[in-house]
Amino acid sequence: MKSLFKIIVVLTVFASILSCKKDTRPNYQFMPNMYESVGYETYAESDAFPGGVEAQLPAEGSIPRGDFMPFEIENTNDGFLLAKETLMTSLDSTQVDSERGKELYNIYCGICHGNKGKGQGKLVKREKILGVPGYDDVGRAITEGSIYHTIYYGKNAMGSYANQLNEEERWQVVDYVLKLKADLEK
Amino acid sequence: MKKSYQSLEDNSTNTMIQVIYRKLTANFLNLGLVFLLTISTSLTAQEGDPAKGKTLFNTNCASCHQMDKKMTGPALRDLELRLEEELGLDREWINKWIRNSAGLIKSGDAYANQIYNEYNGTAMTAFPQLSDQDISDVLAYTAQPKAAPAVAAGPAANSGGGDSDGISNKLILGALAILFVLLAMALLMVRKTLNRFAEAKGIDIASEDKSIPIWKAFIQNQFLILVTVILLLLASAYFVFGYLSQIGVDQGYEPVQPIHYSHKIHAGDNGIDCKYCHSSARVSKQSGIPSLNICMNCHKSIYEVSEDTQAEGINEYGVDYNAEIKKLYAAVGWDDDEQKYTGETEPVKWVRIHNLPDFAYFNHSQHVTVAGVECQTCHGPVEDMEVMYQYAPLTMGWCIDCHRKTEINVKDNAYYTKIHEQLSKKYGVDKLTAAQMGGLECGKCHY
Repeated sequence: MKSLFKIIVVLTVFASILSCKKDTRPNYQFMPNMYESVGYETYAESDAFPGGVEAQLPAEGSIPRGDFMPFEIENTNDGFLLAKETLMTSLDSTQVDSERGKELYNIYCGICHGNKGKGQGKLVKREKILGVPGYDDVGRAITEGSIYHTIYYGKNAMGSYANQLNEEERWQVVDYVLKLKADLEK
Repeated sequence: MKKSYQSLEDNSTNTMIQVIYRKLTANFLNLGLVFLLTISTSLTAQEGDPAKGKTLFNTNCASCHQMDKKMTGPALRDLELRLEEELGLDREWINKWIRNSAGLIKSGDAYANQIYNEYNGTAMTAFPQLSDQDISDVLAYTAQPKAAPAVAAGPAANSGGGDSDGISNKLILGALAILFVLLAMALLMVRKTLNRFAEAKGIDIASEDKSIPIWKAFIQNQFLILVTVILLLLASAYFVFGYLSQIGVDQGYEPVQPIHYSHKIHAGDNGIDCKYCHSSARVSKQSGIPSLNICMNCHKSIYEVSEDTQAEGINEYGVDYNAEIKKLYAAVGWDDDEQKYTGETEPVKWVRIHNLPDFAYFNHSQHVTVAGVECQTCHGPVEDMEVMYQYAPLTMGWCIDCHRKTEINVKDNAYYTKIHEQLSKKYGVDKLTAAQMGGLECGKCHY
């Protein structure tokens, strides 16, 4: 009888230790100082930064290394019209990679604008977002400049995609959109 | 923001024209009344087909307008009626505005300029392609009364039924348990009385033969003890090893996030590509927690979920999705009524799930862009996860295993063509694995 009691005690202790492991908590670490970075990790919290977050915007006016051209047209109606009339692609014909343009288009644009550019993306079909125009819309009459301006700043309900696509990628997408437009107008 | 609001008010009092979109709720109550009173006469103005109008509205107008809510442009319910009653503007004006709003503004029309300024000079796209009939269809659609919000009677009734089922199940179980206890007690009592009878009649109950108890026999046999000890040691070594080797492995880790974000709805139901939000997985080491402006790409328009989704969230997961969207608005500082950013932002403290130790290097772009590995290979069926959890163990054995098995995808991947040719000759194989390309070198991940 006594041994039975002991077995029960041991089992309870074991079970209570096991039940401490919860999925909402990370597991124990072996030697955490080898796991955790000494330097600031991406998205880390730290008092060294304003707001306590490591992820900060670059300082005003800082430019990335490599090929970089600032985009100086403003985010206004006038800027949009200026871009629509004057802005031209920075890619020459050898740099256009329509495979990549298509891939990027399908990730970032197709979900609303539809993979054919008719404005019938999955979100539109499921009536989550409405009123996405086709690229052949006469009232809008998009040009490469206006497409680029819209990707860069967003327009009306559409947000800016400047942080998801870099300059070269944006122009690849612009080229692909023009191709879709030409297909639609056939 | 407050300042511009103020100036709008000044503007409206100066010109002595009401800014009709400013106090939406009050206006709608008034308008609803007016509408009810006039519904019998107002619809006959020009025959329009509301069904066709809905399609036209959804394709042309809905990107900037909603029926009952300010968006990029004003709410449009009962547009024609309101314009006529409050401003005396007729169908002719509406046609002009829709076909060429910029022209109307330039012509110096007072209300056109006022509305243009009220919406911060956002020019409405011209729709020269819409015919008179099209416009009257759209107006007929906007003149439809607001559908009464469907009362969520269905799910409530269902859940009530579920509850009563649960209760009756418990009742049955309880009754069974009581019955069982009663039976056991009855059996004990029967045994007791039988024993008493036996005693009274002088019958000797056969007692068992006195032999050595089994545990004593066990202790006396030394060989058995040795075997048992070895077995016990082996078993405990097995369990201790198992426990130690899962330390630091967070497989199944499923923290509670500050905003309940459902990958199932976004990536599964709506089929949004992983890289739409985690765009840096294409080009950098980190896959990146999307910044809130990416949420706002869609949630500027999607301010509440559909009724079905909401009901499902509450019944199945106990989550009010609309309240979660409100949390997003609070964090990003979006004023949904005014459709403006307030500038008061609050960073969201997402809890990181996948976290490699500092001594291991892993690069997303190398796997996603160069190798073309699907996100699901490591992250599991994210499109089915209501709550995100860590699918893979992320141990070194797991990495190595995949590197040994995965063949290099040379097709359409110029990056590998040359080196693949050289190495496949060297190893004498048709298809190289990641391991043969150096995927097992220590220095690839540890340096």
